[in-house]
Amino acid sequence: MNNLLNSLRGIGAHVIDGIWRMGVATRFFLMTLLQSGQSFRRFHLIIREIFSAGVLSLIIILVSGLFVGMVLGLQGYETLQTYGSEEALGVLVSLSLVRELGPVVAALLFASRAGSAITAEIGLMKATEQLAAMEMMAVDPVARVVAPRFWGAVISMPILAALFSAMGILGGYLVGVVLIGVDEGAFWSQMQAAVDFREDILNGVIKSVVFGVAVTAIALFEGYDAPPTAEGVSRATTRTVVTSSLAILGLDFILTAFMFRGV
Amino acid sequence: MSDNLIEIRDLSFAYRERLVLKGINLSARRGQVVAIMGISGGGKTTLLRLIGGALRPTSGVLNVDGVDMSHLDRDGLYRLRRRMGMLFQFGALFTDMSVFDNVAFPLREHADLPEEMIRDLVLMKLNAVGLRGAHDLMPSELSGGMARRVALARAIALEPSLILYDEPFAGLDPISLGVTGNLIRRLTDTLGVTSIVVTHDIQESLRMVDYVYFVSEGVIAAQGTPDELRASTEPFVHQFVHGEEDGPVPFHYPAPAYADELELAA
Amino acid sequence: MQRATLDLWVGIFVVAGIAAVLFLALRVGNMGSFDSASTYTVKASFDNIGGLKARAPIKSAGVVVGRVSEIGFDSNMYEATVMMKLDTRYKFPKDTSASIMTSGLLGEQYIALEAGGEDKKLVEGDHLKITQGAVVLENLIGQFLYNKSEGESKTAEPR
Repeated sequence: MNNLLNSLRGIGAHVIDGIWRMGVATRFFLMTLLQSGQSFRRFHLIIREIFSAGVLSLIIILVSGLFVGMVLGLQGYETLQTYGSEEALGVLVSLSLVRELGPVVAALLFASRAGSAITAEIGLMKATEQLAAMEMMAVDPVARVVAPRFWGAVISMPILAALFSAMGILGGYLVGVVLIGVDEGAFWSQMQAAVDFREDILNGVIKSVVFGVAVTAIALFEGYDAPPTAEGVSRATTRTVVTSSLAILGLDFILTAFMFRGV
Repeated sequence: MSDNLIEIRDLSFAYRERLVLKGINLSARRGQVVAIMGISGGGKTTLLRLIGGALRPTSGVLNVDGVDMSHLDRDGLYRLRRRMGMLFQFGALFTDMSVFDNVAFPLREHADLPEEMIRDLVLMKLNAVGLRGAHDLMPSELSGGMARRVALARAIALEPSLILYDEPFAGLDPISLGVTGNLIRRLTDTLGVTSIVVTHDIQESLRMVDYVYFVSEGVIAAQGTPDELRASTEPFVHQFVHGEEDGPVPFHYPAPAYADELELAA
Repeated sequence: MQRATLDLWVGIFVVAGIAAVLFLALRVGNMGSFDSASTYTVKASFDNIGGLKARAPIKSAGVVVGRVSEIGFDSNMYEATVMMKLDTRYKFPKDTSASIMTSGLLGEQYIALEAGGEDKKLVEGDHLKITQGAVVLENLIGQFLYNKSEGESKTAEPR
């Protein structure tokens, strides 16, 4: 009986703690938005963060995009061939990349490459009292450290997703057209007939912006909230990757339900 | 303008339910080096954070440079902090910037100066701590003592009237320790600032400070000039000054009687 | 200074991103082929539209000439009404007929326009009179099976 009560109490404490953290995270996010003015006036701060979040993620995004597209080309060809419609390979590759895989996989890679780096960096800045030092110099760390990272990463995310999709389509083209020998004209023209700019590409871009906001907000909060110890920072980094991956997939479901219901 | 830069009366501070500081009275004159000493976990860092405005007192009066800290909004606090410098325990240099940019940071954030003037000012501050030659190193290339001197240059960049030092001597070799101590003294005298040093390095402190407060278990246990403290017969001060193992601060953590615990009585 | 190379990299990054979006828009997508400005809308009713969806292509002689903009249901006639946006570059006679076709056996459905012989051309808001609904695969299979069993019973009789 006592054990049951204790475990119930434990669950309750966990729930309350979770809601509490949610509230703190929301307040932190709003603070970040409120304190963003300075980083736009001093745009070189954002440029720096675009470099570390975006440019440094380029290699992994481009290579992964190429390989994902090549696999899509191979697998798609195998399946479409059964129905004798291997000309639709371009449609399959481009739609799956532009609508889903581009934004989602790029965001997952971004979370593990840039998101974890942001958490570790901010967590370490906190652990080594750099944030406290900044505050003692009358500089708000949210305005000076958090907000530029937020905007740099949010700007980078759709660019990375678009590059991922473009690389993927190129990969699909390489395997499908160059290697297997699907008709090149059919590959591109069917693709162009099926892919709509507003419906598919723009919605994909919107998705990647939403994912970018989610991943970056999570990464920043986890870093800012991390216990100032080596263990705390490493756990926060892990949590960033796990939480933002789940957030990406959950948000993807919601967004897809809104965007492509096919009414 | 009063003679005391810092004026603390009956200050109490509770962290959650736990009373950390109870009824502290402390004052620091302009141009003095004041040390706050005590054993680890005795509340001296808390006191420093209260003076820096990172924490709010639960009750009591805390005046810094004529400003009442307990009723200060964010803007007021930030204005006051431009007149403060703080040296953190391990320097807290920004690891993604060079030494030069670290020292230039407060200048770039707060003073709208042309880049050449910033350059001159930074080199002046670095020269004052003897590290002008190290201006394009990264913090990871510095030794602990050098990092702290760079941090000190950064703390004095805006020419503050108050400098707070959190454990400036922790983890330093004897040479760096002496250098840092002399530097604190010299900067205080030449810049005319007030320095508050939180430390437990008694020998170095007694050599260079003007006045010492002992904080123990949330109260001021003793105070006085270095000479007064050296001569003090009060058991706590005596134990601290001479680094004795047992005394009012026991060697053993409270425990049941040794014999009972080993069941020797049976 | 060091900042200049950083700016260069970020510049390359942003330009690459813009190039990727342009590639997606122009090479992969159908950006700019039909905006609302250069289309006119005509209406057609079908007894059955099968799996036709909004944004399905409208083809004439195999060329995409427009897209389905809206699909509705007329509760008076119990028919499906389909709004079609046609490119103003392509003019069709008033008696043009529309039929719903399937590209390939299992492919997407589209509307095929067959030009008539009248001189007057279709204009905004016109109604296409002659339509042919979708062939529903299930009905087709049902008919086929029905015919086959009938045929079998016929061939079985003489034995």
